[in-house]
Amino acid sequence: MQEPPRENAEMKPPPFRYEKASSVQGLLNLLADQGEDAKILAGGQSLVPMLNLRLTYPEVLIDINGLGELDYVRLEGDRVKIGALTRHRTLRDSPIIAEHCPLMAEAYQHVAHVTVRNRGTLGGNLSHADPASEMPAVIQCLDATLVVSSKVGQRQVAASDFFVGALTTALDPSELLTEVQIPICGPSQSCAFEEVSPRKGDFAMAGIAVTMELSDGTCQSVRIAHCGVEDRSSRASAAEASLAGKPAEAAHFSEAAALLAETVEPTESYHADAELKCDLVRSLTARALTRAAARAAR
Amino acid sequence: MAAPSQHGRIAITVTVNGVTHEREVEPRRLLSDFLREDLALTGTHVGCEHGVCGVCNILLNGETARSCLIFAVQCDGAEIRTVESLGSIDNMHPLQEAFWEKHGLQCGFCTPGMLMSALELLESEPNPSLEAIREAISSNYCRCTGYQNIVEAVQHAAAKMQEGAT
Repeated sequence: MQEPPRENAEMKPPPFRYEKASSVQGLLNLLADQGEDAKILAGGQSLVPMLNLRLTYPEVLIDINGLGELDYVRLEGDRVKIGALTRHRTLRDSPIIAEHCPLMAEAYQHVAHVTVRNRGTLGGNLSHADPASEMPAVIQCLDATLVVSSKVGQRQVAASDFFVGALTTALDPSELLTEVQIPICGPSQSCAFEEVSPRKGDFAMAGIAVTMELSDGTCQSVRIAHCGVEDRSSRASAAEASLAGKPAEAAHFSEAAALLAETVEPTESYHADAELKCDLVRSLTARALTRAAARAAR
Repeated sequence: MAAPSQHGRIAITVTVNGVTHEREVEPRRLLSDFLREDLALTGTHVGCEHGVCGVCNILLNGETARSCLIFAVQCDGAEIRTVESLGSIDNMHPLQEAFWEKHGLQCGFCTPGMLMSALELLESEPNPSLEAIREAISSNYCRCTGYQNIVEAVQHAAAKMQEGAT
């Protein structure tokens, strides 16, 4: 029997045109022309599954893996600047992240598996905006700023304004997330990250990120963000405000955790219904606050 | 650099297990299908085809990657190693011997991915802890063994490879 022609060979992904970006400016020009029909291919750990499952049909795939100028971690003044194409593996192993962004370093213990981290990028992860992904919560808790570029220039977006809904961000189709800027962790700031997932490395059923400062045993500038709970990661402003100026004691942490658990509107998944998610939010928030406070007191 | 041909196919040059191949591929050709169908290297298995199960793991420029989540066209100029690079039935790699001796496989479907994940670990960490072994294979599904014998096999392979190195 004759072998069928390769053109007819079955393939999972839909057909697309492939463009390999050789410069950021060239890419931005291409996006200005084709943004609506184009998808950016970075690590491919979320986009290629969607293609294989035919959940998306881009006309053009623009491969940015050749843009080495977007792969960096730098300490500049009081900020850590991370290029969008930096791989999860690099960030998880980075001494700069370990020293200046300990919340991110801790959360990376929950992010995927080595094979996925080898390819997946921070910029791709944030732009994909999976509600159960850890980094959207981390960068909101750290009050990060996102640098977004297009043919006409750059703009800065606060992390808390970036995530609009499930798999939806404030990015225009003509724009590319190019850099993440994170204020470094001050000497009086402490943090903790807590998560429950079906297996280690899987997406969160619920995850809680906390940063705080203690002044004479009272809570100052507490920030709490969650992931995996609602249709997007967000800050828990009411729970944060409830702790302002309060003594760092278990009773207040429990109240704040209960407040957050009462106010979230959980999405349901195979692994966790709304009731379980609320219970996890309550437990994990109290646990993260307690751990962050203990670290601050040391 | 890869340039589009008139058929929408793109010419690539890829080194797989030390052999350089020049081929024209459709952009949507997954690396896993490219290896299995275009190069007839069927040692790399395909399972879920959306990045969850790990049976298609290969080494791309020295690091493991899901070959079902990369397009062949992206591998222009890359160096790839598949399970076929390890050894033959008459001359097995210490990892393959160890999987055999420790009963690290039953049906064998996950084994190519397990071996490549274990290889990545042992190349960077010749004497890994049990926890490091579990972490390294944590993205590879096995539905037969319950993983215990796989962990033991990797540990045994580490000892064999260290013996071999001295």
